[in-house]
Amino acid sequence: MYSYHRKSNETEWANQPAKYGTTGREKLHEFCAECHGDVVKIRTEKLHGTIPCENCHGPVLNHPEKPEKLDIDRSRELCLRCHTSLPYTTSERKRIPGIDPKTHNTGTPCVSCHNPHNPSLEGMK
Amino acid sequence: MERRDFLKQCIMVIAGASVPLSALTLVDPKKVLAANPSIQWAFLVDTTRCVGCGFCVKACKTENDIPFDANVTRTWVERYVYTKDDRRYVDSPKGALNGYTDARIDLGKGEFKEIDKDNVGKAFFVPKLCNHCASPACTQVCPVGATYKADNGVVLVDRKWCIGCGYCIMACPYAARFFHPVLKVADKCTFCFHRLSKGLDSACVNACPFGARKMGNIHDKNDPITQIIMNERVGVLKDEFGTKPQAFYIGLAQEVR
Repeated sequence: MYSYHRKSNETEWANQPAKYGTTGREKLHEFCAECHGDVVKIRTEKLHGTIPCENCHGPVLNHPEKPEKLDIDRSRELCLRCHTSLPYTTSERKRIPGIDPKTHNTGTPCVSCHNPHNPSLEGMK
Repeated sequence: MERRDFLKQCIMVIAGASVPLSALTLVDPKKVLAANPSIQWAFLVDTTRCVGCGFCVKACKTENDIPFDANVTRTWVERYVYTKDDRRYVDSPKGALNGYTDARIDLGKGEFKEIDKDNVGKAFFVPKLCNHCASPACTQVCPVGATYKADNGVVLVDRKWCIGCGYCIMACPYAARFFHPVLKVADKCTFCFHRLSKGLDSACVNACPFGARKMGNIHDKNDPITQIIMNERVGVLKDEFGTKPQAFYIGLAQEVR
């Protein structure tokens, strides 16, 4: 009932191009591993291994044709999404180490000290 | 012809004409298929796993070309904070597009509520999106038939037919619809229809590093997501509206509506 509609619209929606590949939790980095296999293997063993590559490296679009190189987000804001310290002991957030962005090395990009592919403190640059 | 024969034949003609009609509707394969299609998408949100990073919102906006600056979004994450002196706060600044990087509650209009760290009782995050209801209120109010429920359960908007009247935006009890500021039509979550039809996960499911968002075929009882919905304690939002939402939540609190 109430489903009277233009049938071809379903095809229109289905034919929209996808921007992200399959780098999510279910098929972890499978897509990137096709070409970057050896690199991906090293990088998925550490703590950040559950994060899809595209969350930081950007949507794959038609890479490697267009764009040839992905635009990597190295901003502080990206790391702070998870690593801002919030006093929420009852949420999953408690498991993630957090900092106060107002006092912790303000103005410096996180990646100048921390290695996102090996985030343990021993792996610091 | 006698009067009696005439009446007899009349009854026979009426009976004969009506039987095949009802028989036809009974075995109409299209209707049978529509009532029991092989794929019916449902969403599963595990609120206990969400940390409020907002990667899902960012991925959704990128994937579906929703303007980043406009305060509209197809999916969003809400933050609930209960204090020990029994006050409850909810916010979702920019739909959590940039995650939660401030412990203060955003009251809107540039005002923030400071909450003492030691006063926080419990706090959690709840991702929200279109529920793709089995009995959607939004499709019933559309005057031009621009919004509909596809056979696989996804509620879509025909951007060519939509006249932008906004009835559906008002009808949705979950505020899942909004007016697209660029295209000037009603817009909403499509479960990434284009990605599903290519065999991909939807953008938000793909982007979630914690497995808080999942999607499954609720007509396949062997589907792992369907198994969770069938066997574990899940809830839906605003059940009393009778819209039969198809987004199921693990760890729902009473205040989450």
